[in-house]
Amino acid sequence: MMSLAEMKVGKKAEIKAMGGGMSLQRRLSPLNIRIGKRIRKIASQPLRGPVVIEVDGRRITLGRGMAMKVMVEVIE
Amino acid sequence: MKLLLIGNQNVGKSALFSRLTGVNVTISNYPGTTVELKQGKLKFDKKTAEIVDIPGTYTLESTSKAEDVAVEMLEKGDVVINVVDATNLERNLYLTLQLLERNIPVIVALNLWDRAVRKGIRIKVKKLERMLGVPVVPTVAVTGEGIKELVSRIGDAKAHRQKRGEDERWIEIGRIIKKTEKIVRRKESLLERLGDASVRPLSGIPIAVAVVFVAFSMIRLIGENLIAHVFDPLFNAYSPLANGLSGLLGPGFIRDILIGKLIGGEIDYVQSMGLLTTGFYVPIAMVLPYIFAFYLILSFLEDSGYLPRLATLMDNLMHRMGMHGLSVVPMLLSLGCNVPGALATRILETRRQRFIAATLMAVSVPCMAQIAMVIGLVGSYGPEGLGIVFGSLFVVWVVLGLVLNKFMKGESPEIFIEIPPYQIPYWNSLLKKLWMRMKGFLREAIPYVLLGVLIINILYASGIISLIGEATAPLVVNVLSLPKEAVGALVIGFLRKDVAIGMLLPFGLSLKQLIIASVVLTMYFPCVATFMVLFRELGIKDLAKSAGIMIFMAFLVGGILNLIL
Repeated sequence: MMSLAEMKVGKKAEIKAMGGGMSLQRRLSPLNIRIGKRIRKIASQPLRGPVVIEVDGRRITLGRGMAMKVMVEVIE
Repeated sequence: MKLLLIGNQNVGKSALFSRLTGVNVTISNYPGTTVELKQGKLKFDKKTAEIVDIPGTYTLESTSKAEDVAVEMLEKGDVVINVVDATNLERNLYLTLQLLERNIPVIVALNLWDRAVRKGIRIKVKKLERMLGVPVVPTVAVTGEGIKELVSRIGDAKAHRQKRGEDERWIEIGRIIKKTEKIVRRKESLLERLGDASVRPLSGIPIAVAVVFVAFSMIRLIGENLIAHVFDPLFNAYSPLANGLSGLLGPGFIRDILIGKLIGGEIDYVQSMGLLTTGFYVPIAMVLPYIFAFYLILSFLEDSGYLPRLATLMDNLMHRMGMHGLSVVPMLLSLGCNVPGALATRILETRRQRFIAATLMAVSVPCMAQIAMVIGLVGSYGPEGLGIVFGSLFVVWVVLGLVLNKFMKGESPEIFIEIPPYQIPYWNSLLKKLWMRMKGFLREAIPYVLLGVLIINILYASGIISLIGEATAPLVVNVLSLPKEAVGALVIGFLRKDVAIGMLLPFGLSLKQLIIASVVLTMYFPCVATFMVLFRELGIKDLAKSAGIMIFMAFLVGGILNLIL
């Protein structure tokens, strides 16, 4: 397992766990970023900038701090 | 009857709103908060219903101000039209299920239906309708498909009031999706792949530079051509009338007020400073063309879906400046006019972010009215002067942001936004938005310009300007190397900055002085309209702090420019 922040651009993964307690989950889940969902990493901005992921064909930008709390298992 | 339009962001809600309503649309603030509501009227069943467009939201659980407003509005509405993105049913149903838990009838507009069909997504509408227990109507807001049926079925909307927890909602959604949706996955389109290139730093930054360059070239091209081919001819045609009136009135106070001073026996629309000459020429022939061009291009960028990508690329820098990427929106807006810019700082989550954004904007983002005048004045010496003016403002913007972030208490939340697919803007809603922005400018600008011109005449005639000039001479003359008469421009700049810059023309300033005056006029204080908005948004204490920063920075930067140029 690794975080969204560490995972390589272009790879696909499944979300396995979320840190940061309920408040992070409550923010992410309405955008369909939740445990069990498959995602793809689209881009990562340099110097600890935000991360862009794809969920069900939608692109979402999330800050590095949030990305570090979303744990994933890389599929391919 | 009150209809509420609720849905996720980027589901074509504005386009649907445009379709359902006529031209009479008003934008107001939700009382006591800073969230904007669009309202319009819909004729149906021989009655008129009110439609309220509620800002895009993903959930009814409070994670932001916009969501709080959506929840409170639910109490006041009669029917919810839930706009759902047919190409992303699973996620959109989360909000739908939450709405069905409330005590209000719901009807679902399954929008972007055409795109879903193109993408190979098949949805069994009748089945979905049965499972949700409310009417579901496929719509294509931009073409108007399905809108009639949607309106005709508003009466069938139903309320359910069944409570679920978060996990139960997702389980229910899984069940619905399985029975109603079939996805024949196709490869991603070229547009989608191009979309990704614009958020990857290596390709995205050159794209961003190109987009900004093309945008500003277009603004200049449109603005210049409108002036040369439409507005200047218009005022040339008006000249005989103004000259006739001038001759009729003869020298005296009335002519000074209405027509202004004659320069070499002729009316000079920029320098004369009469109500019927400069008072109309500046807002209409010098500023309006650029305002039009700016909002046309900006609305296009907004509706095409590019701005969230720019926000993603800029986030790193913006975060270090105490905001986050989404602040590019208020910053870009305030290049048009600081008033909507200051209002748009509301999209930022915390007070600290809003304070920093509003202060940076008021200090170092010139509005299009000012930019147009600076281009007219400083630009006549060639592009170097313009480079120094806008370059200095940009440096101030970045440095002040870094400093404020370092010394202000608290942290800034991170960016969290959806990037919509690129799309060709829907002209109907784009033009409506453009028209509302133009109307806003004309309503704000013309009265203030006229008032400004009137006050200039009174201040000069009564000798008050020379008194203020004497009093502030040490600062203005020694620190900034400007003539003491220029202080009149600083006074009027509080009313209208475009007029203030125009006032500099008769002083015969050197290029260096013009540069300093342009930079100081931008920075020292916001115009009165922006000032009032900042007062409302920040409160008196923060506004005082912000104003202190502005005045200090203006003289600091003006002084530095005076030393190094």
